[in-house]
Amino acid sequence: MRMKLAATAAMALAALPLSASADGEVNIYSYRQAYLLEPLLNAFEKETGIETNVVFAKQGLAERLEREGRNSPADVVMTVDISRINELVERDLVQGVDSDVLNSNIPENLRHPEGKWFALTTRGRLIFTSKERVEEGEITTYEELADDKWNDRICTRSGKHPYNIALFSSLIAHHGEEWTQQWLQDVKDNLARKPQGGDRDQIKAIAEGVCDISIGNSYYYGNMLQDENQRPIAEQVRLVFPNADGRGTHVNISGISLTKSAPNRDNAVKLMEFLSSPEAQRIYAEANTEYPANPEVKPSGLVAEWGEINPDELSLQTIAENREAAVKLVDRVDYDGE
Amino acid sequence: MTEAVTAADPGLTQPLLAKRASRRWIISATLITAIVALPVLSVIFLAFFPEENIWPHLIDTTLPRYLWTTVQLMVGVGAITLVIGLSTAWAVTMCEFPGRKFFEWAMLLPFAVPAYVIAYVYTSLLDYAGPVQRSLRDWFGWQNASDYWFPEIRSLEGATLMIGLVLYPYVYLLARAAFLEQSPSLFAVSRSLGHSALSTFFRVVLPIARPAVAVGLSLVLMETLNDFGTVDFFAVQTLTAGLFDTWMNLGNLGGAAQIATTMLVFVVILVTLERYSRRRQQQYAARDNRDPIRRFTMSFPRQMICVAVCAGPFILGFVVPAGTLGLYAWEYFEESWNPDFVRNTLNSLFLSSAAAITTLLIGVILAYSRRLHNTRGMQILMRLSSLGYAMPGAVLAVGVIVPLAGFDNWLDSLMRDTFGISTGLLLSGTAFALVFAYTVRFLAVSAGSVESALQKVTPSMDMASRSLGYTPGKTLVKVHLPILRGTLLTAALVVFVDCMKELPATLILRPFNFETLATYVYQFASDERLFHSALPSLIIVLAGIVPIILMSRSISNTRSIA
Repeated sequence: MRMKLAATAAMALAALPLSASADGEVNIYSYRQAYLLEPLLNAFEKETGIETNVVFAKQGLAERLEREGRNSPADVVMTVDISRINELVERDLVQGVDSDVLNSNIPENLRHPEGKWFALTTRGRLIFTSKERVEEGEITTYEELADDKWNDRICTRSGKHPYNIALFSSLIAHHGEEWTQQWLQDVKDNLARKPQGGDRDQIKAIAEGVCDISIGNSYYYGNMLQDENQRPIAEQVRLVFPNADGRGTHVNISGISLTKSAPNRDNAVKLMEFLSSPEAQRIYAEANTEYPANPEVKPSGLVAEWGEINPDELSLQTIAENREAAVKLVDRVDYDGE
Repeated sequence: MTEAVTAADPGLTQPLLAKRASRRWIISATLITAIVALPVLSVIFLAFFPEENIWPHLIDTTLPRYLWTTVQLMVGVGAITLVIGLSTAWAVTMCEFPGRKFFEWAMLLPFAVPAYVIAYVYTSLLDYAGPVQRSLRDWFGWQNASDYWFPEIRSLEGATLMIGLVLYPYVYLLARAAFLEQSPSLFAVSRSLGHSALSTFFRVVLPIARPAVAVGLSLVLMETLNDFGTVDFFAVQTLTAGLFDTWMNLGNLGGAAQIATTMLVFVVILVTLERYSRRRQQQYAARDNRDPIRRFTMSFPRQMICVAVCAGPFILGFVVPAGTLGLYAWEYFEESWNPDFVRNTLNSLFLSSAAAITTLLIGVILAYSRRLHNTRGMQILMRLSSLGYAMPGAVLAVGVIVPLAGFDNWLDSLMRDTFGISTGLLLSGTAFALVFAYTVRFLAVSAGSVESALQKVTPSMDMASRSLGYTPGKTLVKVHLPILRGTLLTAALVVFVDCMKELPATLILRPFNFETLATYVYQFASDERLFHSALPSLIIVLAGIVPIILMSRSISNTRSIA
């Protein structure tokens, strides 16, 4: 009797994980909000019949994945910001994917050489200027943000935000650390107020007359234009693609990686391939006014109206490598301080 | 009949105990503490393995400011919560004024509003494009922000006010319960000896209420220390902000764990100092509460002052945020209504109830074991079990993952090696992990209030019960729990409301496709879509109201328990 009970218990235990990883599933740890993924995942489910499961958080998913180890249920990790993605690679939490579909859909500079990550969208880090108080063409590069003439006229979010860190990292790559520190100090001196809020708040601040120039990701501006209440605010700023005539505008990515433990590997690769397909790329990029990573898909609607983006060709790997230096620069010039 | 004995603790030691019975309590208390302390110990363990030594860089650059900001924030929030909490608790308990009955429970309502939500609301109201400044500009004909000065809500002062407004109910709740428990005759005696009402308040009432107020205040301070949502949104650079910077931007989890451990030590020192300073006081209330409280009858202007004292925090901490959320929710109803709300609400309710019950049970076991066996060892166990509250939720979540996933993987390997089957992850990523995390995080709340209430029950109760043949267990069930039922209900409900609002640990630990109200709100708030998060935020607030009303009733009823 006792034996029987133990056997039943063991079987029940064994059945648990089996039911969790039954065929027809793919499990996603996502640093992107679940509702942004929803239309895509619905399309994927419709096409393949594979069910998708999502956990969204802004921090801690890498730790969870690491600790869960070989038993982790997660198949893919979806991330924003190259440094986060790179962290997964450095911690050896993801594996390479060698898929002809992915390799032909995503250009070489937007994927890891061994397929440990693939970009799905790109977004430019742009400069926004007041239509009223700044002439068109008065500022065309990131470098010019340090110019004295912008004294007391610039607003940004915290220098520690990953999007700003990535921008500073790219400047370190182009100009070196010392130069970037001086530049950052000068930009700080030009700030109209202590860094705060999000990218949208900086655009609002321009509309309010608090400052004349801000830095922000393209899609925040796009999403404001699509929101009835925020459109009048967004319409007061002009968008500038910095360094468009030179090395190109700094871009960051959102991406996807296959986890090392992936219990549903085949389904996961199917999902990755699907997300790189023109159909999904169109949905993905439009939902959040981003740029598709697949060059065959042209930006549409709003994003197309803004004109072509000439992305900085600097390798994303380099940007990720400079992260730490950039973070420390921000501390050293006390960018977020009074 | 209340004795405020200011003498060495008479102690509840051996005479009360049958040895065998006491051993059982000690063993269960030790086991529970060992399990509950695991996540905190895991974080301390992680602190030994930093990616690189963060301190030289921190000390050179931002650490002094982090520290200074943190101290300012804690002192500010502490002062606000003490002033509001004590004055309103005193007013509704001791003064008669119009609306007193209403304010008794209404003062607790801001507690239902998560700090990150009130921060969003006030920002949208008070920033440049918000209605307040817009009206000012219309009235005075100002053109833009450079024409006038307006206080910046996204500042240290703003954060202090926001956090203070939603946390003062901790102080209010415990202070009010303590005031109600005090015998009115004490007050009368002091007055008859020539002390004014005010001096009686500071010389008699407050010292007696001090243990309860200290519990409330320490909860406030720990929550302030760990707040990330509000300070991040307001760009206020506290130690917690530095911790997340080290973790997320420098990719140095070990370094972040070191900062967390430092904060933990700081809290432990603070709490120890407070306890040490009243080490020679022992207070027992005999709960002979037949004396009804005779509230002051006051002149009309004084009554109005009482109304203003209560209405101010209530309006700022509840009416304004809930009303604003209501307006936004109405405006964006079609975009934000979602059939999943029902499920998310049920998830929140289920998790919060489970955690409230668990923390209460554990809190009672720990506090009672300590009563039975009041040794230094038990005191340390008690403190150890409450450390989860002194850590930021996201850090604690990592601390929860470490032992749970460790156990899962250990069992899995064992089963694979012995039976050739894989058990996978049994605990990680389940609702259990969440309830466990909540328990670890909020045990301080329930254990602290049960302990302080239990301390007030005079040992003669135990002696009587035990001499009549009850075991310690039976004494607990038949004597203490009935006496404490108001406290128990309050403790459970505070934990419940706290769990409803809990965000960072829930985000990290939850199962697939699992949303609570808080995580649902966060999805939108984190994408700078505040309007879409109004409706679910409002539901969190509304869901917190019912338990809050229950809580208030249970406290008012303490007077009727003879």
